[in-house]
This record gives sequence, structure tokens and C-alpha cells, in this order.
Amino acid sequence: MTTDTPALRVLRYGSRALLVEVADLDQVARLHTALRHRPPAGVHELVPAARTVLLRYDPGVTDHRRLTEALRALDLRAAPTAGAEAVEIPVRYDGEDLPEVARLCGLTVPQVVARHSAATYRVAFCGFAPGFAYLTGIDPVLRLPRRAVPRTRVPAGAVAVADEFTGVYPRPSPGGWHLLGTTGLTLWAPDADPPALLAPGTVVRFRPVAAVTTATTVTTQEDEL
Amino acid sequence: MTAHRTRRSAPARSLRVVRPGFGATVQDLGRPGHAALGVSPSGAADRRSLRLANRLVGNQEGAAGVEAPLGGLVLEVDHHATVALTGAPCPAHVDGRAVDLNAPVRLEPGRRLTVGTPREGLRVYLAVRGGIDLPPVLGSRSTDTLAGLGPARLAAGDLLPVGDLTDGWPAADFAPQRALPAEPVLRILPGPRDDWFTPEALALLCGRPYTVTDHSDRVGMRLSGPALERARTGELPSEAAVPGALQVPPNGQPILFLTDHPVTGGYPVIATVHEDDLCHAAQAGPGRRLRFRPA
Repeated sequence: MTTDTPALRVLRYGSRALLVEVADLDQVARLHTALRHRPPAGVHELVPAARTVLLRYDPGVTDHRRLTEALRALDLRAAPTAGAEAVEIPVRYDGEDLPEVARLCGLTVPQVVARHSAATYRVAFCGFAPGFAYLTGIDPVLRLPRRAVPRTRVPAGAVAVADEFTGVYPRPSPGGWHLLGTTGLTLWAPDADPPALLAPGTVVRFRPVAAVTTATTVTTQEDEL
Repeated sequence: MTAHRTRRSAPARSLRVVRPGFGATVQDLGRPGHAALGVSPSGAADRRSLRLANRLVGNQEGAAGVEAPLGGLVLEVDHHATVALTGAPCPAHVDGRAVDLNAPVRLEPGRRLTVGTPREGLRVYLAVRGGIDLPPVLGSRSTDTLAGLGPARLAAGDLLPVGDLTDGWPAADFAPQRALPAEPVLRILPGPRDDWFTPEALALLCGRPYTVTDHSDRVGMRLSGPALERARTGELPSEAAVPGALQVPPNGQPILFLTDHPVTGGYPVIATVHEDDLCHAAQAGPGRRLRFRPA
């Protein structure tokens, strides 16, 4: 998709921010990549989401009109994942919802695992909790609406799917996604730099493993590096 | 490593929490710039009052202090300390002797500062010369009550280490403050999603006052007043929010996002309160009426 000027709406968000709305996740990725590589003067924060990117700016340096002009002049043809190295997440596919997901998708459990671990994903945006990344690129066959009744507690490291996304819960929390498996990787460590393993734009693959590497082991390895 | 050990053993200078009040937290100016990782700005809900308290004790404006909703705080110092109370006007005394608000107060070692319940307003701020020196998380010592980042809420017996984030000496003995408005008026800019509402909704928002409900905290304030009607149905894909966003769920009663707001939200935001007016919103407790007007 290399359309020249995709439809782009600029919406005012108070006096120090604006929201840019585009058609879909792919265009959000292109817009976010373009802005990250060449941020307009005065812009100090970019927050991508499902159909939008929020720009926070310093009103002493720029204004809504100038930013709107800069946004319309952006070249959004660059492929958002070009040159990015993938983060590999080892997953033990032992999720509680695996049999149900297989049934709903008309697949066997091994087929679900094969399809989930075959795809290459990209972090579209984060939210819900610190370090929770919404990953796009899911096999369309695995797209399911959220569970009718959310769980009150999903364990840390749970790998799950819902709608057009897959993701990993960084810490125990309530959640309505379908649980496929578990990873021992630490996704959120506020003392680390960067604190989040996954940030918007990060490329991700899931690798099936027989046993989960515990978070302790991973931390030790990182300490030794 | 050494700094870490110093913090873990008894700190050189500290404030001891005798009574933590009603959910008091440590706050500075927050951790902006991490929203793309799912982290809100957090920081003092009434930044103006925290800044003033810091200036009164000769601190850098971003030093950490205590934010005490509804007061009720008792602290004991173990050193020659200078503190200042700002924000919601409240009675305060040191071992029975009344002390001024909005003024530097010198305390000898062993003295107890008692902060009463505000006569009006909601949040009391306390700065100590040097600032509270708990370990920062992502560059800030603020407690984010929604994300669970930063120090825990204050508890009786806590020792709050005092740091050295000073900036010269206290320059004023007193900073007179205007009384809190009986009915704060908050300036708004329409959008980003005013087109999701009927043309009358914005006029309605600025027409009659809204009452602050009990369901209000550092995350947001649920308001009660004229219902804001949507012009379109359907769901808005989640999008990033800012402090001051007036998000409107399907019942039409707006929620004003404060400093610990969720990073993204799925309800349309009809208008955004001016950042400089959020300090007034943060001092409006349950039952208080607010008005909105176009900026």
C-alpha cells in the first residue's frame, strides 16, 4: 500500500496536544515511524493508538497550524518495520483457553500454536498497563472477539489474543483476552532502561518452547551481559 | 550502590509518618514522556500548590513533597527542618502551637507537625527543605495510583528520607493566596471528539454547573449534571488521552481526567480543560460545583 497522501485528520486536543487520525493500524505505524524519524520542531511526545497518534507539543515553540502543515507534508510511504530486529518471546503454549480458541477457529490445538508462532508481529501501541503492548500481524483465522466474561486475574507472562491483536500481560491483572500460553520473559522492569521490553514499532516473534525460562534466569543472564 | 545502602539504613535526615491521613502520597511533577509505554504523567494533582510549597522552603520546584487529600497528617522531624504547607486551607499546628500556611515553618528535632482537615478545598501539600528522597521510578518519585508505580501510599511508621534538592534559601516569609473560588470556572477547548456529540452538548456543558461526585480521585473526577448527548453511535477505537480530557461515557455524565489518568481511553472526549485550570479542579472535593466556559 503506497498511496501518496492517505486521508489524515488533525484534531485539536487542548492547547498543548493534537490528535492525528488515519484510516487503519498500518497508517498509524507509517505515521508514527515518519514522526519518530523526523519529529516536527516543538513536539516532545508521540503516543500511537488504534487509529490515531497523539502529539504533545510546546506551545512556546510551535502551534496547531504549523504542526498541521508539517503533518500534511509528511511522506508516509516508508515501510514501518524496515530494518528492525525482532524480539523473540519463548512461549509455553499451555493457555487455559487454547482448546476453546481451537474450537472457535475450526483448528486443532497444534494448528493454533503453529499459526500464532509463525507470524511476525509489530507493536502497534501500548496502554492498559505499563508495558502492555498491542501486537498486530495476527493470522486472520485467529481473530476472535474478547471473552464474554473477563477474568478477574490473569497471571503475569500470559500470552493472549483478542480482536486484531495478540499481547503479553506484563503483570497480574484483570483481563478479557483468550489465553494461549505463558512466557517467562520480563516485559516491564521500571528500573531497567528501557523499562519496557516492547515499545511501539518493536518487531516480535513467538517461539514455542517445552518449558518456560523463568524470569529469574533471564534476569541473571542479563546481569551477566 | 552506596547511595542505595544509605537509603535502606536509617537516613541521615527524615520525616517520620505518625499518622498518614487519608491516602496521602509522595508527589513531584511526575514522569511525563512515557505515555507510549503505557505510563501516565502522574505527579501532584495541584501542581501549582506543590511548586509554591517547594519555593517557600527554597527547593527546586520539582522536589518531591506530600500530597494529603483531606489533611489528617501527622509528621515528626528528626532534624532542624524547614517545611511549608500549601493548597487547601486547613488548621495546622506544631505541638499545640498554630502555624501559618503558605509560609516556611522551622521545626526543631523531635517536633510534631499536625495537619487538620481542610476548611475548604481538598488537597494539602507539604514540602520539606531538601525534598523527599525516595528512589525515583522513571525519573519521578510520584505515586501513580492507577499504574501502581512509585512509592506506596504513606503508612504510619514510614521514614521519609530528606534529600538535598535545594535551590538557594527561602526568599519569602509568606505567600498570600487568593481564597479558593466557591464555584471554580474551568476554561475548555472543544475536542478532539466534539463532533461525536449533538450541537447542543457543548452549550449544555458550559451552561449549568456540574457537581463533583464521590467517585473522584487522582485518576479522574466523575461529574454529575446535564447529560451530554451523542450525535453518533458506535465505538471509538482507543486513543491517547491527556490530563484535562473530558471523557463522556454512554450515560452522558462527563469524567474529567486528572494526573493518574489511563493512558488511552475508549470514550469520546468532548472538550479539554486548560492545563493551568487543573489545579482548581484538583481542589474541588465531592459535592463542590464546577463550571466550564470556552477558553
